[in-house]
Amino acid sequence: MSDQRPDNSILVKRLLLTVAGMFAFGFALVPLYDVFCEVTGFNGRTSNEAAVYQEVEVDESRTVNVQFITRNAKGIPWKFEPSTKQVKIHPGEVKVVNFLASNPTSSNMVAQAIPSVAPAEASLYLNKVECFCFNQQPLAAGADTEMPMQFYLDPDIPDHINTLTLSYTLYDMTANTSAEQMAQLLKTE
Amino acid sequence: MSTTVEETHHDTHHDHKPSGIGRWLFTTNHKDIGSMYLWFSFIMFLTGGAMAMVIRAELFQPGLQLVEPHFFNQMTTVHGLIMVFGAVMPAFTGLANWMIPMMIGAPDMALPRMNNWSFWILPFAFIILLGSLFMEGGGPAFGWTFYAPLSTTYSSDSTALFVFSIHIMGISSIMGAINVIVTIMNMRAPGMNYMKMPLFVWTWLITAFLLIAVMPVLAGAVTMVLTDKYFGTSFFDAAGGGDPVMFQHIFWFFGHPEVYIMILPSFGIISAIIPAFTRKRLFGYASMVYATAAIALLSFLVWAHHMFTTGMPVFAELFFMYCTMLIAVPTGVKIFNWVATMWRGSMTFETPMLFALAFVILFTIGGFSGLMLAITPVDFQYHDTYFVVAHFHYVLVTGAIFSIMAASYYWLPKWTGHMYDTTLAKTHFWTSLISVNVLFFPMHFAGLAGMPRRIPDYATQFADINQIASIGGFAFGLSQLIFLWVVIKCVKGGEKAEAKPWDGAEGLEWTVPSPAPYHTFEKPPKVE
Repeated sequence: MSDQRPDNSILVKRLLLTVAGMFAFGFALVPLYDVFCEVTGFNGRTSNEAAVYQEVEVDESRTVNVQFITRNAKGIPWKFEPSTKQVKIHPGEVKVVNFLASNPTSSNMVAQAIPSVAPAEASLYLNKVECFCFNQQPLAAGADTEMPMQFYLDPDIPDHINTLTLSYTLYDMTANTSAEQMAQLLKTE
Repeated sequence: MSTTVEETHHDTHHDHKPSGIGRWLFTTNHKDIGSMYLWFSFIMFLTGGAMAMVIRAELFQPGLQLVEPHFFNQMTTVHGLIMVFGAVMPAFTGLANWMIPMMIGAPDMALPRMNNWSFWILPFAFIILLGSLFMEGGGPAFGWTFYAPLSTTYSSDSTALFVFSIHIMGISSIMGAINVIVTIMNMRAPGMNYMKMPLFVWTWLITAFLLIAVMPVLAGAVTMVLTDKYFGTSFFDAAGGGDPVMFQHIFWFFGHPEVYIMILPSFGIISAIIPAFTRKRLFGYASMVYATAAIALLSFLVWAHHMFTTGMPVFAELFFMYCTMLIAVPTGVKIFNWVATMWRGSMTFETPMLFALAFVILFTIGGFSGLMLAITPVDFQYHDTYFVVAHFHYVLVTGAIFSIMAASYYWLPKWTGHMYDTTLAKTHFWTSLISVNVLFFPMHFAGLAGMPRRIPDYATQFADINQIASIGGFAFGLSQLIFLWVVIKCVKGGEKAEAKPWDGAEGLEWTVPSPAPYHTFEKPPKVE
């Protein structure tokens, strides 16, 4: 009876392989999503790497508002704010904005700022030459610091973008940092 | 050794079953396993239903009366998980186990031992999930969609139990799906080619492929939640370079096909019942098959319509909006085919047909509210309101659950050998039909007026609407006890059912006696 039927084991193996493949695909979505976001600017992410400033012609005819927002994630008591809430710049022009941070607690802490740009498509045209967000920021107990962020806008930025908002969320990374790492970070500071 | 003993037994007593609990623990018989799936699903339906009663009781009036907000959140979460993974999906797997071998003329499922496993790991999954409710800090309270960071940073310590229970449920449904595919592809009786298969078999075949495609992705998503919460990874944690929005993409890449996993087998059931009580052949068989396949394929292209408010580029929003609306086309084909089947048919209104007709009308209402939600600009208003709750309860309760009820009444005589009590069954239908609409229809208005979902308290202007919905909810809950009564009564006795109790019914399952013998089609039937 059974010898007339096709062999089940071949089909079962193929189906199990599909299952394993789809499980792997679930995890492959993570790097795929990163690439997708990087290419399209989807979700307002900006690059974690410093842009090299290329001599570009400053487009004096346009002025774009760049606004800065800061926010503390749950559980970090630092004071964290931009020195200016808004700058008006011409595309191609390089600008430095300082962010002020202070650690009011009685312990040494490490924080990481995560940037996000709205509208999302503007994130492709915001080039950061230097940013404190590229690294973790250590602050000794009671200390304060001024953190520079140097950027320019790509002159190709679409005409309909007149205002863009760069938001930083500050996360407490102290728990993920060992005592030695902390000492090292504070020394290099 | 034991197999030889069993085989000799088989030779002497055709219908011999092992006695006692052993029969159920060790059974590899598709009918036994199907019955266990169906009973399990019904127990879960009542369990999840009891949680819905807690929710509706708390929402009966504004303010906090009965439960703490944290416990309320656990109720909404576990109600959703149980209804999706414990009630609807096992019910369909149970129906597949019972009916697919009999519909295609096969003696059993292709992989009977795996079949036993895929059922018996399920109760453990739900014991783990329900047990987590009694842990310190409570069970899962982040919604059945377990969005990060609710399920990672802000969840209770018992989240690992939630993750493992989802893993087990996933393994169970993947095994079930593999079994269905192998059975359908390899075990059809001679002459039963693909385009002769009943639509229930077709829709289940496509559902099974959806299951093996997306359940592993769900397993991946819960694994990432597990490692983010307990092992310091940062898949969804922005501080470590991850992205919480990515969770939603991965989840809904599973979640949207999952929605169709819970409705495609219903289409198969309705396509069996409507022709039987119309005494006409199904209109547009081939188009039904293609429409099912089209819905399955499109289901992979629409996931982001659950996330319009996360801040997507306009282009992406338009893409997902149009793809979503496109699904209305194959679904419309199905609805019109059912209506065309009924057109000028000799219709009678036995209970399965009543449920099937209610399905066609009420599922269409759910489909229309889905189309409203698909429109990106208005979705910004409807998102996360009771309008969404009304929408998916229309497609899942009056859609999926009503089709399961219809299937139960349609095949109960075949399963038990008895006719059910028609008066009781019709009482069950009418009380369910009225109460389910009293329960869910007002939610549309609550949602349009701005009442958010997943909250234990609300502004006083929603009090009347919620009171009406709660009364409908209690009535609908109680009505399901009538169903339990009908089924128990039918199992215990009743008028003897003929091999084919419905004169318009078609299919191989009606060629075997009622109740269906323990072993059917040991010799494959001839299919012309």
